[in-house]
Formats: sequence, structure tokens, C-alpha cells
Amino acid sequence: MTATLPPTVGSTGPTGRPSWLPGPRLLPTLATFVVFVVLFGAGSLRYDGFLAPQVFLNLFVDNAFLIVLAVGMTFVILTGGIDLSVGSVVALGGVVAAKLLALGWSPVLVLVLVPVIGTLLGLAMGAAIQYLEIQPFVVTLAGMFLARGLCYVISVEAIPIRDPLFTAAATTAVYLPGTDLFVSPSVLVAVLVVAVAAYVLASTRFGRTVYAVGGNSHSAVLMGLSVARTRVAVYAISGFCSSLAGLLFAFYSLSGYSLAAVGTELDAIAATVIGGTLLSGGVGLVVGSLLGVLVLGLIQTFISFEGTLSSWWTKIVIGALLLVFVVVQRVIVRRPT
Amino acid sequence: MPDSLRRFGRSPLFWPVLALAALLLLNLVLNPLFFALRVDDGHLYGSLVDVLKNGTPTALIALGMTLVVATRGIDLSVGATVAIAGSVACAWIASAPDPTSPSAAMVGAGLALGLALLLGAWNGLLVSVFGIQPIIATLVLMTAGRGLAQLVTDGQIITVANPLFGQLGGGYLLGLPLSVVLAAVVFVAVSLVARRTALGMLIQSVGINPTASRLAGVRARGIIWGVYVFAALCAGVAGLIISSNVTAADANNAGLWIELDAILAVVIGGTLLSGGRYSIGGTLVGALILQTLTTTVYTVGIPPEITLVFKAAVIIAVCLLQSEKLRARFRRRPARPVDPAPDVGGDGPVQPSMPHLTKANR
Repeated sequence: MTATLPPTVGSTGPTGRPSWLPGPRLLPTLATFVVFVVLFGAGSLRYDGFLAPQVFLNLFVDNAFLIVLAVGMTFVILTGGIDLSVGSVVALGGVVAAKLLALGWSPVLVLVLVPVIGTLLGLAMGAAIQYLEIQPFVVTLAGMFLARGLCYVISVEAIPIRDPLFTAAATTAVYLPGTDLFVSPSVLVAVLVVAVAAYVLASTRFGRTVYAVGGNSHSAVLMGLSVARTRVAVYAISGFCSSLAGLLFAFYSLSGYSLAAVGTELDAIAATVIGGTLLSGGVGLVVGSLLGVLVLGLIQTFISFEGTLSSWWTKIVIGALLLVFVVVQRVIVRRPT
Repeated sequence: MPDSLRRFGRSPLFWPVLALAALLLLNLVLNPLFFALRVDDGHLYGSLVDVLKNGTPTALIALGMTLVVATRGIDLSVGATVAIAGSVACAWIASAPDPTSPSAAMVGAGLALGLALLLGAWNGLLVSVFGIQPIIATLVLMTAGRGLAQLVTDGQIITVANPLFGQLGGGYLLGLPLSVVLAAVVFVAVSLVARRTALGMLIQSVGINPTASRLAGVRARGIIWGVYVFAALCAGVAGLIISSNVTAADANNAGLWIELDAILAVVIGGTLLSGGRYSIGGTLVGALILQTLTTTVYTVGIPPEITLVFKAAVIIAVCLLQSEKLRARFRRRPARPVDPAPDVGGDGPVQPSMPHLTKANR
């Protein structure tokens, strides 16, 4: 099976819509982009210093780990599943890294081992979902408790990280060529993850299988696609992304804390949905999830620029935005295509 | 083995009840006084009463959740509803001219329950009219709801000293905690409705196949709407009990993650998350298992930091026991060569022609 999308250039699509119009699959992501631009524009009009390139880059710096999480979540949701364990695995990754470093392990070894742990945990959850046919919601909920519990077992208190490599990753500023704008090394990692994921989903056999499984898993089975392997693999990918995000979070906070990233799984799900991925599976783009994270980050920036707004407005606005997006998506999906 | 016992062995309630019995026995072994009850001042005291009392909010919410899950739905917003109900009631009572008067408590509680009904109607609207997936429709309120609760309390913890309001969480009726009696009445009422009236069957039919039930003339939309309203009402009552228990409203932490516990109780009790099969009794047992588990952790002296690992282990064990796949593997019977694949259209030739695929991909 070759991995190409049906050509639409220069003709009308099967729906009779002009080919220059974005298809219904791309529309939610474009809508997210428009919302992002509008929000940014509104911020620039309202606050001095909002329209600075560094403000934009800081969205990446502050949310690098969430971007990586949302990428993993996108894979899972595309197959029609859900992963509630990601927030806890972020904390577990951070705590394991901090503990091992405190025990004097080599940082390189830690950087390798933590993603392996996350991947194995994801693999186990995926296997339980696929081969024991237990609901993803329940399996990953158990995984969430397990990972969070393991954090407490390792350490209840926050463990500071003093390793030179980790400190360097936290404090180094990577300047964009020819400017005085900078990002953190974590941002480069996050962008790399997004790029790789976008490539895998768009143009590899595995990526197209992910869409096929989410679209209709019975058809996928009958087409001879490796549904079982794919379904296990997306949870392994999500586990990998979560533990990688745990490392990025450790870079960001320079500590491992068992209470870190509580509730982040909901942020990741919200970002993915706002980015245009359908929770029923089969439709969505990684770039959309990236935009979703940036929109969430922008709301936080708004709150901090406003200064007098209380933090709970963040939740209310995110909830309202989520509502707008699911209703819009619903309208788009319902439209006869 | 007597026939009735054998029938029970096959019932979906078997494993949950066994797990609960095992947990209770473990507690008895570790603490011989665990089953001891004493009457003080006409009130019943003891570890078992504590389990019931502390498990009441989760059990109530799980009850509402059971009906939602039975229609193939899920309600993530109940924790937020708990916080909102508690906050609104306490905020009203605290700002009343006489914060200790019974009328302030009545109006505050009524206001909170009315608001809970409204929130449930909102969820039901999104799910049944707009057709948004339940998990995401209720995620909206889960995210925004706690923010709204903090808005009501202004981010503060509101303490109240109203005797009538305190009764809900701390009062006694017939020697038992008032909240337990209340929950028991609701449980009995819902079981009767579910098992003895057509409504229970209609809820099940909506969960098994919404389209078919609609074609058969079942008003699926109204039923789905109704279960979300009921779930929110249960959450509202639970919110009042929780805040009455501590005589305060904590918008940040009241009912935090209680939706996950409630869903767990529902699943442990044998209700299928895919809808159609639900068990009110199972949910009660599930909620009791979770609460006993928490109590066990304290009795055994397990360090609190590994409570979650312990909880995860029990959930995994119960899920494994309930997994049809795993049980099929342990049965003596040879496995069927190819499971009939659902939704394929049922024509035979497809599967025999590609058995290697179906086998490999299952």
C-alpha cells in the first residue's frame, strides 16, 4: 500500500467543492490557526510588548513538554483510544531522572533509560488494551495511578537536579541565527518530535495504518493491515513521548517532584481536540495539536499580561474554547460530505 | 456445589463480591476489632460504619455514573459539579443575614441542587442534542467547572457554622449516619426503577443500540438527557455531603478526581463502559471495594505514599479477572478457531479465506 493522499489539485474533489478550499479534514486545524492569529492580534492591540517575537517563542519555551505530550496523545486519539496516564508518566520520568542522578548515575544513561521505562509502560498498557480487550480508559487510568504511585514510592519530596548536563539544558539559550531571539534546547527537541511525528503519520505505512485503524478498525483488519501491532504501538509511542516530556519538564524545573504535572493529561487531550483531532479517531494532524498547545499557552500569556485576572479564568476560558471547538467540529462533521 | 452457588459463581457480581470479602477478611485478620460495632449515645460506631460513611459520596456519584455509562456515555464533570455545589451552598450560607439559621441552609442547599440540575441539563444538551462525544462534552465542564467554583468562592475556603447544614454530613438517623441512610434510600429507589420499571430496560436498550432503540420508538434523546441530569444531581448531593462533612467549601480540592474513582467503582462492579450492561448492586460493591481499600491501607500500615500503587494493583487484578479474553484462555475448552467478527456483514466467505489475517490481528 502506497501512502499517498488522493490528488485534489486542479479538479473538484469527490464532494464537488472547489479544490482550493481546504477539505473538511483540514478545516478544524485551519480554524485553530485562525483563532491563534486572532488571539495574538487581540493581545497585541491590548497590551504593549505583546507583539514581540520573543513572546511567541516563549510559548514554545514554556510549553515544550506539553507539545511532546500532545504529539503522543494525537497518535492514541487517532486510533480512537485515549491515554490518561501521560501526566503521571511525566512526573515519573522526572522523579526517576532526578533520583538516578542523585545516586550518581551518568546523565547520558539516564537520558536513555527514562524513555525506555516510559515506552515499556506504554507497551504494557497497549498490550492489555489490545490482547485482553480491556477499555483504554480503564487501563490507562490504572496506569495513571501506578505511575503516580511509583513516583511516591521513589520519593515524596522534590529531588533537586544539580547535574551539569541537565543544568546546561535548563539554562542554555539557543539563539536563532542572526537575531537576539532565543529558545531553550527543549524547544528544539519538541519541534523535532513534531516534525518526525508529522512525517510518520503522513507518509509511512505505519502512519497511514494509524488513520485506518481509527477510521474503521474492522475494515483495516479486512484490508490486511497490522491492526494489533499498530494499536499496541501507539500506546508505546505515547509512553515514549510522555517520558521524554518528563525529561523536558525536568530540564524546565530542574527537579523531580511526584506531584508535578497533575492533570496535564487533560491539557494534552484539550490541546489535541482544539487542534482538530476527532476523539472518535481517524481524523487529525500533529500540527493541529501543536497549534492547540500554542493556543492554550497563549491564554496563559493573556492572563499573565492582564495581571489582575485570577488564575481560575484560565480554566474557564479553556473550557469555553474547548466547547466552541467541539461544537464547530460537530457542525463540520455533520455537514454532508 | 449447590445450584444457587454455582449460578452466583457465573454472575458478574461474583468477582467483585469475592474481592470485597477478601479485603474485609484481610482487615479482620490484621485488626480483630475491625468488625466490632458499638453503640454510643444511640449512634452506631465502628470501622464498618466509617467505611460506609466515607464511601457515601463516591457511591452516590458512581450510582449516577452507572446510568450514564449504561447509555454508552461517561461524565467527567461530576468532580467539578461537587465543587460547584459545595461552593454555592457555603457561599450562600456564609453571606446570609443569619448564617446559622435553618432557612439559610435550606435555600443554600436548594440553590446548589438547582444549579447541579442545570449543569446536568447542559451536559445532556451537548451529548443528546448536539451529539458531541460524552467524554469531550463533559470535559468542557470538568475544565471550566472548577474554575467557576473558584470564581464563586473567590479562591478562598469558605467555612460555615450552620447546625442544619452540618447535619447532612455529621447527623444521625436511626443510629446510622444521615448521609448513609440517604444514599441507601437513593440506591434502593434507583435499583427498583432499574429492575422493576420499563425505564430501566429503556436505558439498557439505548446503551446496546441507540439507533435500533430510536427506530423501535424509544425516546433515546430524552433518556440520555435524563441520565446526565440525574448524574449531576447525585454529584450535587455528594458535594453537599462533602462540604457539610468538613463544614467548608474548598473549590480547589473538593471532589478532585472523584470522577475517576466513581468510574472505577462502576467498572469494578461489572458495568461495561461500552454500554448496555449495567449493575446497580455491582456499583455499590465497587464503591465499597475502593473505600475498604483506602481503609485497608491505613489498617495494614502501608505507607500512604504507596497507596496509589496498591490501588492500581487491585484495579489491574479486578480488570484481569473480568477480562473475558483471559478467562477464555484459562478454560479447558479449545479456543474457537476464528471469532465471528462483528460488523462485517456476517457473510461467511470473508473469514475462512483469510484466517491468517484475522488470527494475527486479533
